[in-house]
Amino acid sequence: MNWIGRSLPRIEDPALLRGQGGFTADLAAGALRVSFLRSPLACGRILGIEAPEGVTVYTLAEMGDIRPIRPRLFRPDYVAVGQPVLAADRVHFSGQAVAMVVAETAAAAEDLAEQVFLDIEPEDPVIGLDAALAPDARPVHPEAPGNVLVEGQMRSPGLDAAFAAAAHVLEVDLRSGRQSAMPLEGRGGVARFDAATGRVTLHASVQMPQMLRTGIADTLGMREADLRVIAPDVGGGFGQKMSLFPEYPALVWLARHLRTDVAWIEDRRENFLAAAHGRDQAFTVRGAFDAEGRLLGLDADLRSDVGAFSCYPVTCGVEPLMAFAELPGPYRVPEYGVRSRGVATNSCMMAPYRGVSRPNLTLAMERLMERAASACGLAPEEIRRRNLVTAFPHRSPTGLVHDEGSYVAAMDLALEIADAPGFRARQQAARAEGRHLGLGLSVFSERAGYGTPAFAARAMEIVPGYETVECSMDPSGHVELRIGASPHGQGLKTSLGQLVADEMGLTPDRVRVISGDTDAVPYGWGTFASRSMVISGGACKRASAGIATRLRGVAARMLEVEPDSVTLENGTARSEASNRVLDIGEIARAAYHQSHRFPEAEGGLRQTASYDPAGTFSNACHIALVEVDIDTGQVVIERFFVVEDAGLLVNPMIVDGQIHGGVAQGIANALYEEVIYDADGNLLTASLADYLVPTLAEIPDIEIAHLETRTDASETRAKGVGEGGTIGAPAAVLNAINDALAPLGAAIERVPATPERIRAAIRAATGGT
Amino acid sequence: MTEKRRIVLTVNGTEHAIAVEPRCTLADALREECRLTGTHLGCEHGVCGACTVLVDGAAVRACLMFAVQAEGRTVRTVEGLAEGDRMHPLQRAFQEHHGLQCGFCTPGFLMLAAGVLEETPDIDDAGLREALSSNLCRCTGYQNIVKAVRAAASEMRR
Repeated sequence: MNWIGRSLPRIEDPALLRGQGGFTADLAAGALRVSFLRSPLACGRILGIEAPEGVTVYTLAEMGDIRPIRPRLFRPDYVAVGQPVLAADRVHFSGQAVAMVVAETAAAAEDLAEQVFLDIEPEDPVIGLDAALAPDARPVHPEAPGNVLVEGQMRSPGLDAAFAAAAHVLEVDLRSGRQSAMPLEGRGGVARFDAATGRVTLHASVQMPQMLRTGIADTLGMREADLRVIAPDVGGGFGQKMSLFPEYPALVWLARHLRTDVAWIEDRRENFLAAAHGRDQAFTVRGAFDAEGRLLGLDADLRSDVGAFSCYPVTCGVEPLMAFAELPGPYRVPEYGVRSRGVATNSCMMAPYRGVSRPNLTLAMERLMERAASACGLAPEEIRRRNLVTAFPHRSPTGLVHDEGSYVAAMDLALEIADAPGFRARQQAARAEGRHLGLGLSVFSERAGYGTPAFAARAMEIVPGYETVECSMDPSGHVELRIGASPHGQGLKTSLGQLVADEMGLTPDRVRVISGDTDAVPYGWGTFASRSMVISGGACKRASAGIATRLRGVAARMLEVEPDSVTLENGTARSEASNRVLDIGEIARAAYHQSHRFPEAEGGLRQTASYDPAGTFSNACHIALVEVDIDTGQVVIERFFVVEDAGLLVNPMIVDGQIHGGVAQGIANALYEEVIYDADGNLLTASLADYLVPTLAEIPDIEIAHLETRTDASETRAKGVGEGGTIGAPAAVLNAINDALAPLGAAIERVPATPERIRAAIRAATGGT
Repeated sequence: MTEKRRIVLTVNGTEHAIAVEPRCTLADALREECRLTGTHLGCEHGVCGACTVLVDGAAVRACLMFAVQAEGRTVRTVEGLAEGDRMHPLQRAFQEHHGLQCGFCTPGFLMLAAGVLEETPDIDDAGLREALSSNLCRCTGYQNIVKAVRAAASEMRR
């Protein structure tokens, strides 16, 4: 029976559908509630904290010898800045945690917090990339006088010659607004103190429970063994819940200090103020093209606003260094020059958000291709065809090795299913009626499932990447899979069950996956970066293959046949050399309870395996068809097509779900969502009334087709798929808008492309009002 | 802080005698006093709809209603949707059509859809899309939620 490739319903669903999920806030009963006092100012010196008599306020001073959160890169161009668990002398962004109060209920804790006055002397904040990089900018941190916290540079020797020889040199100046991952469940933790052992168990809404344990223990100077971290049901993460936020060590400290249970469940405002942001980038990219439209060289200046601090463990290098390494994308770039800087400002910390830099670098490259097509008099698809990588493995200018993909084939199929010629005819007809339709292409590759080599290349102090699983079969013939990945909506328990079922000849309902509990799972890196099916899946495949070998060995002895002749299928073992058929449960029982007869099962039916791949590249082509109302600037997406090549699809239904949701977040990035600070660093978008998350009314159905390039770069032959939708969609939408505006001579290279900005672009081009 | 009031909330056919401050929202009362944590809080300012419950059959944001206002009325939450082991057609359809990923918004969408389909069993597609656009989901892109509710609607009409 082949379980891989089937759209099995998810085993995760029934509990969630019945309201029986256990999210962090659902586990807080009986715990004291903590409210954080947060800085109302973006920048300032703390003069004092005034509280009425009887109100206990916890500050850094009470916490003794604890360390700031200071993740490091071993690079000379990186400046390590430390983030104190609670601000002590100065505040660096609006919303930074300064102190804590505790009460019986959340409401009572908030009442207390309102009685406390934070006396902070305001200082001039540094807000936005341009201000931070101005020659006379005040430093956010004295250790980084020019506000640059990390900088990657390279310049291939032939770059100048390439530009000198170019028939066309085109420049794109792309700006992306700041975005929030906005998981529907915010952050939160429940820290329970066990007086008998002195241990703390922290349930927290996180993507990387093992990393959180290490980070908290290091910060507080405690033994990791004294802390158990559990990620229960987690209401979305999208990268925001990867990082060690100061609130978590503060919470664990408080539980140990008070020797009781404490909980903090943030509200939406806190999530917008202090969780993490992403996407705030300005990319200036120049391309040198020959007369036939072939790219000769790329020269880029990439600036990322990383906020006030560096996120642990991946650091504030995550966006700038990803952009540095991956800008060329799916294209052949013979000569490459790049300067990529991470810039400190007095704003909330930047951390990974689904796609990390790639939505913006795809935007920049895909806008560049459109400009070059127009300069060279080529159709958009033709200029891409002339530049897309077609020979694999392909080595990029920064040394990334692309395994086999279907870059051109995906584009061709997308053009076919979108009926591009038919659309062009409709577009012409509409223009005659004064309506403005546009088609936007976005072709990209998604580096996915990468292990330690990719992270080590950034010279990280903490190098994530591998995954380990512990697989065992119990005496009843059921499988337990303890994984280091930490799924939170991806349906990984279902799809890993399918994978393991095929490897052992079982039905998936005999596989139980255990994740997210540091007392129960091996060390690992949780779920992020389109990695779990590739890396944890690869480790699961290896471990289950090991158990299958043991099962065959035991079965062979029971059947008195050669192990090679035994096949495992449908929960049984059989051999051509025997008439007997053994139930898997019989074999497992014998392996444990008659172990003296079966040396091949010594130590039980268990196998640990790890996997640490170099990585693989998924690829896709997105096409958006839009209509722009040029009088109002409103954009309506009529249809949206995705041709995705994610290699082997273990559960196609789940893969399509990832694409749907990813594209929706990409459309949000393109048209709606923006975190906005005013000039003083006050957050203007601290509610869902101001930060515009799209509803069903704004998101069209996504029409998906798959190609399945089987890669040797992945043990399971699955490529990663979690981020692709988010990476590709903004460029497709922005290109479609620009296509629609082309007859007016208007162009927009900024997201979100709000009605206001589209109208401004039209006014700038037509001189209208 | 003000004095608590004793009220009786009727939730999923069960009476809960609880004491709440007048400022306590229905959502907080359900979660903390009745210990029904299936109703989730995503924004606490009435936009996301994760806390949607049915009050006298109408979909309500439980974060925008005080618990004391719900006294004497019939409240239904996600915990009351299934009949014992048998899931409601909406719950079955959400699983079959992959209408949920992380599951945090799901109780709100289920109750919103239940209210809509009970009031207008033969709702047309435009009406359904409009009704479902009142809640936020961050994972699914909504497509499979619509598919699931459509499928449940046709099963419930049979």
